[in-house]
Amino acid sequence: MESKLLQAETAEASGVGVSAEAAAEAQQSKKESFGTKFKNSYFARNFKRNWSYLLFLIPAVVVTFVFAYIPMYGLLIAFQDFTPGDSIWGGYWIGFDNFSAFLGNYAFWGLMWNTFLLCILGFIIGFPLPIIVALMLHTTRNKKIAKFLQTVFNGPHFISLVVLVGMLYLFFGRYGLVNNIIESAGGERYSFFLESGAFRPMYILSSNWQDFGWSSIIYLAALSGVEQSQHEAAQIDGASRFQRVLHVDLPAIMPIISVMLIMSIGGLMGVGYEKVLLMQTDGNIGVSEIIATYVYKQGLTAGGLGAGYATAVGLFNSIINLLLLIIANTASKKFSENSLF
Amino acid sequence: MEDIIKKENYETPAAEAPKKHKRKKVQDPLGDKIYYIITYIVLALLALIVIYPLWFVIIASFSSADAVLAGKVYLWPVDLDFTGYVKCFSRADIWIGYANTIWYTAAYTVISVAFTLAAAWALSRKTLPLRKFWMIFFTITMFFGGGLIPFYNVISDLGMLDTPWAIILPGTVSAWNLFMAKTFFQTGVPDTIVEAAELDGANRARLFVSIIVPISAPIIAVLTLYYAIGQWNSYFNAMIFLSDSKMYPLQLVLKEILTASESTVGGSGETMLEQFRLANQLKYVTVIISSLPVFLLYPFVQKYFAQGVLVGSLKD
Repeated sequence: MESKLLQAETAEASGVGVSAEAAAEAQQSKKESFGTKFKNSYFARNFKRNWSYLLFLIPAVVVTFVFAYIPMYGLLIAFQDFTPGDSIWGGYWIGFDNFSAFLGNYAFWGLMWNTFLLCILGFIIGFPLPIIVALMLHTTRNKKIAKFLQTVFNGPHFISLVVLVGMLYLFFGRYGLVNNIIESAGGERYSFFLESGAFRPMYILSSNWQDFGWSSIIYLAALSGVEQSQHEAAQIDGASRFQRVLHVDLPAIMPIISVMLIMSIGGLMGVGYEKVLLMQTDGNIGVSEIIATYVYKQGLTAGGLGAGYATAVGLFNSIINLLLLIIANTASKKFSENSLF
Repeated sequence: MEDIIKKENYETPAAEAPKKHKRKKVQDPLGDKIYYIITYIVLALLALIVIYPLWFVIIASFSSADAVLAGKVYLWPVDLDFTGYVKCFSRADIWIGYANTIWYTAAYTVISVAFTLAAAWALSRKTLPLRKFWMIFFTITMFFGGGLIPFYNVISDLGMLDTPWAIILPGTVSAWNLFMAKTFFQTGVPDTIVEAAELDGANRARLFVSIIVPISAPIIAVLTLYYAIGQWNSYFNAMIFLSDSKMYPLQLVLKEILTASESTVGGSGETMLEQFRLANQLKYVTVIISSLPVFLLYPFVQKYFAQGVLVGSLKD
């Protein structure tokens, strides 16, 4: 519409044989009401034909709106002195007080450090392990054995966190298997759950035990797309199997590795509370208290500093995560052309 | 005759080829041999590390509590003993939890799969009005959320506290699963089927129910398993939203058994030591009882699970 008008005008202005047709058209389209314009748009025509697809979307949109978007709106209480039962509109606005209260809290640096350390240590072991396992499984020549191993490796993924932590209590308890072994080897029984030194290794190793196989699936999928001809060419050039892993297999899965790397960096401060809460004891609280568990305790248990404060802490944490994700994504885009969005 | 001869001529080289191949494979260079040996050793060790704890839980549950505590159990059950199982079967809370979990899981899974499938179908259609907008609408939830407290407030404001709805409704549509199913529809359902059905005058609901759903068995299987196992294994929402222990799902009951201080678990009238022994035994048994359904299904479902990861990893 507008472009037509423009065309007509420029044609007139330039004075080069004013096309009567264009002028007439422009005249007519000026008369068109907004309604007709809308009716003729692609959106309207498409909507008329395909509106019924929207019906399929409704349940999912409603559920997502209620349980994901309304809570985002509810983040506003981070800027309020909120007591449960208040409505968001009636709350007492206090600006960034909750945030500065957290930044000034004596627990702040401890929480940041604990969260960061748990994540970064988990990442250092948990990121390369599935890649190595996938590369090894891929070189296994007996496909039956490879399949069997994969079935075994994926198994622990389906154990619930409660059961996993329950098993940790059983194995690392004072009279558990590990202590029995330690004692029979001549050592002293050690209370793994009451000593702060044991928390991080137990948490990280058990997480890896549970998920290294599962995480390797995506790399295995990428590896199955490597062309055999590349291997043959490398073989003719005299490359050993190990060299081919390094120079054929690994480069082939590099794009997916960088995508996973971006995601991991985005989650670097985002360790969940579910497993940590289960593993917390009075003995290890000094190292096991992380931002997520702190939010839970301050906001939802008796004696906490309140819902507004806890929400502010949670928001602070998710903003850090979002920033990390964006930084990692931008960096990756710049250096390797791989990116998440 | 000629045909046969031809065939034979064709077959011989083909039959010989794999043999030759094999012979070549045997003579790996020394470096490769070492590489393969190391690979196999590492993989075998990993398999052992994965299997042994699970195996130990099984044998410990069948052994006498004393043998387990004294560290006599390593490879096989010692002093076969079923007290743990007897104790477990006599505990009402475990079975109430079991029943609750089954019904939460069934309801949640049916709703989730239905909602996800329908939405994924719509999103996979290029002609969906405002398609870009809806994609962004769901994508945002993958990277940002309101967090724990606002989420709790929503459930509380809706009056869902202490009702099964607090367990069943939230999380019925995960953006991750939604996009996985969408990718399946885009790559796995030929457009010709849709066009043919529309030419035949089938309306969209009809098309979806009688044509799309039947050919989507693989993705329905994957979604069902993802959602069902997710719900079966979760404890946290139940912990913060339910206060009546009669409504507790299994995982929450387990949490109290498995992570409780040892002396509080056994029944009354037993000595401290007796309580400790029984509690320990009971823990091994409950680990098995609660994971049994998942692990019985596991060998059958694991290929579907892996498929899901693969479909999800395809970019559209």
